[in-house]
Amino acid sequence: MNRTAAKTGNAGPGIRSDCEIVLETGNQVGITIDLISKVKTLYGESITALCKEVLGFYGVENAHLKINDSGALPFVIAARMEAAIKQIMDTDLDYLPEFLPENSYSTAPGRFRFARLYIPGNNPALMINAGLHSADGLILDLEDSVAPSRKDEARILVRNALRQINFGGSERMVRINQGERGLKDLDYLIPHSVNLILIPKCEDPGNVRNIDIKISEIKMRYGLTNPVFLMPIIESALGIENSYDIARASVNIAAIAIGLEDYTSDIGVSRTNEGRESLYARTRLINAAKAAGIQPIDSVFSDVTDMEALKNSVYESRSLGFEGMGCIHPRQIAVVRQGYFPSQDELEKSVKIVEAYEEALKNGMGVVALGSKMIDPPVVARAQKSVDLAIRLGLLPADRVSGEGSR
Amino acid sequence: MKGKTVINAAGREVPLEINGQPAIPFKGVGKHRPAGRKHGTLVPTCIDFPSDGNKVVGSLEEAIRRCGLKSGMTISTHHHLRDGDLVSNTVFDIAADIGLKDLVWFPSASFPCHELLIKYLEDGTINRIEGSMNGPLGRFVSEGRMKGTAVLRSHGGRVQAIQDGEVKIDIAVLAAPSADFFGNARGTGGPSACGVLGYAKADYMYADKVIIVTDNLVEFPCYPMEIEGNYVDYVVVTDKIGIPERIVSGTTQITKSPDRLLIAELTARFLEKSGILMDGAAIQAGAGGTSLAIAVFLHDILREKGWESKFGFGGSTKYMVKMLEEGQMGYILDAQVFDLEAVRSVEENTHHVPYSVYNAYNYHSKGNLTSMMDIMILGATEVDLNFNGNVVTHSDGYLLHGIGGWQNCLHARNVILPIPLFRDRIPVIVDEVTTLCGPGELIDVIITERGIAINPLRKDLIENVKGSGLPIRTTQELKDEAEKICGKPQKARFDEEIVAVVKWVDGTVIDIVRKIKA
Repeated sequence: MNRTAAKTGNAGPGIRSDCEIVLETGNQVGITIDLISKVKTLYGESITALCKEVLGFYGVENAHLKINDSGALPFVIAARMEAAIKQIMDTDLDYLPEFLPENSYSTAPGRFRFARLYIPGNNPALMINAGLHSADGLILDLEDSVAPSRKDEARILVRNALRQINFGGSERMVRINQGERGLKDLDYLIPHSVNLILIPKCEDPGNVRNIDIKISEIKMRYGLTNPVFLMPIIESALGIENSYDIARASVNIAAIAIGLEDYTSDIGVSRTNEGRESLYARTRLINAAKAAGIQPIDSVFSDVTDMEALKNSVYESRSLGFEGMGCIHPRQIAVVRQGYFPSQDELEKSVKIVEAYEEALKNGMGVVALGSKMIDPPVVARAQKSVDLAIRLGLLPADRVSGEGSR
Repeated sequence: MKGKTVINAAGREVPLEINGQPAIPFKGVGKHRPAGRKHGTLVPTCIDFPSDGNKVVGSLEEAIRRCGLKSGMTISTHHHLRDGDLVSNTVFDIAADIGLKDLVWFPSASFPCHELLIKYLEDGTINRIEGSMNGPLGRFVSEGRMKGTAVLRSHGGRVQAIQDGEVKIDIAVLAAPSADFFGNARGTGGPSACGVLGYAKADYMYADKVIIVTDNLVEFPCYPMEIEGNYVDYVVVTDKIGIPERIVSGTTQITKSPDRLLIAELTARFLEKSGILMDGAAIQAGAGGTSLAIAVFLHDILREKGWESKFGFGGSTKYMVKMLEEGQMGYILDAQVFDLEAVRSVEENTHHVPYSVYNAYNYHSKGNLTSMMDIMILGATEVDLNFNGNVVTHSDGYLLHGIGGWQNCLHARNVILPIPLFRDRIPVIVDEVTTLCGPGELIDVIITERGIAINPLRKDLIENVKGSGLPIRTTQELKDEAEKICGKPQKARFDEEIVAVVKWVDGTVIDIVRKIKA
């Protein structure tokens, strides 16, 4: 690398909580800093001090730095600085902000993944409060929402966000890029307490295995023991055909998702709200997931203003067998979660069936009856699943029925 | 401004004289008793006015000349045309042409369009503004460039100052969307309809001279008359008093920001769980995106429970109108109208009642509407650990907003401030507010996206929400969390010079604003 000028981050109208860094190391002697900031009165000194610290960390002694800041938090400024320096200099050093202790939690493979919220990986303004919206999972996205020219700086920003943003108990997820870039992404993610990696445009089990191996290597290198789950996203005709093999490609796979925008484009049709064009793909994926014992997860619903249509879409999704859906706006989270919960009617009926079953057991009866109706064993099993789900969601008290949890 | 200062009851250093007039330091909430009689204007006689009732003159300049405008006089305007106001700037263009100096502009609020007046502050045509300081005007004043000292008053404080004779208006120039030749005027009708003229009442009653400016001259009588022609000296007809799309929003919109929606939702939940929201509750929320979202959430709760708010106080919006029309609100009492739906409603619904600020917010009157309100939703630029509030400056020390009705509304039974914990890295909860606008004893609850702080004085509310699952925190905890995320801010630095004073609702001086250190 022999560049002497670098530019990272964003500035301009409509940009908030970010900064643009222009770094020049050409004919400079010493460090000079020009700071434009809307918070200069309150944070001017600390911004300058942080930038000098990062330059010092990388041994940069001569540089002219221009910062155009719109209220970026320190982890953002540090990420933009590091990315700028790495455009100029070859280095493996990482300037790591403090890791928030409240973010070091692990998750279970069977945990709920009803609503997972996508957050563009190069947009700090949308990251800061993401942990407040009670999503089951938060996905920092390095793939489609990041412009190709910004992939490197997004990777550093996402790493810093993993360390500094309070995820509020949501599962900590990252969607990596495809291929080699995706493998490289993992170096920036795995050491920072990621719970789950989404693998985009997955077409064969080999994709998953490569990622799985790379994750194991990184974990070994850092001595990490926390589980890192995988969620392949199937977005093509070939991927659908291979979905069962993909679902079984690693023991770390917790869920498999479908991406309908790319899938419909791959088969050459338009995506409709009714979704008849993708019914085969969706049901095939659900079946593959159930056969492999993992969660089938639905695509995102892209109209963020139409809550009624979203509600209908979630009901249909649930009725097909999906156990979660992607969200692209926090407003969708509550609607999606609510939609995957068992309905009140369904719950009452299930409780009655389970109670009748327990009554029959107690009385040593071989046949379960509700009123004048005989109940088949699969019906009892399904009712039991509903009740277990409701207990886990807190919709029914844990001692309501003596069912075995499905966790 | 320099001179003798004292420490007032809020612990703030304030001057004893402002712009050459004596000033009373803040004594505490409800402690100051006014003495004397209300201000009286000159007694007019109908002998001096045309017997046919026609007071129309050829131009605004002619009216101003006939009113005898002189250097040093005070000119008042109202802000119902908001950022579309074409009248206020024109008044000073005329005054500058005549060559007058040291005028005082006394608006009920200023807007970005009034930035044009900075040139008259610079060339001495205008000595000072006594009113809200928004955007560039605030920056101008904060940098110590205005000749006189700015006096910031609440909407209610403004009418109190007029009534009590603290501010003597020489000429009130009042834009009117509809008026007749006699000077009767209203806020509806015509190309520049703004709905109501609730901020003009004290001006027309107490000014020595009153000019009505309209672009919609209607047949006598202009009815219903919010401004009564018997107070009016001259009527001026112009092509255009305002730019319609900047007068009212075509439509006000609830916030789309997920973070603000979260705050709104939390606010609605708090109001429900604390028992503050009840059948018959009187409600006031502003027209900001978060307030509108709160109104929508409250409407849902009222509808679900079969409750009705007995009245809401405007600024009205389509969301309030919806409550009125769907039966969840008995009346809208309204001093200003924010969108076209609300303009329509005030024109056609007898339960949507124009209600002047003079009656609603005047602390020196025989009752206070705001103290009858159950739910008051307000904002703030800063709140401190002791719940004191600031609405005029930002943490960097610059004047940026007017007080509006904020201080007046603090007298409601439950004052709720839904605010983000930080805005673009700037913490909202601070050790001590930069400028004190409202004492903490009047602010009950702060609701942020990261938790709710209840004033320790409100033991009842603290008790009511026990076990509710709401995230109740102390102001200290909230402040610590903001600083953990944003870092601890440096303090703004000021010069000695006082560039503005902040009046309390009773006319006493609660705090001052100093010049920003260059």
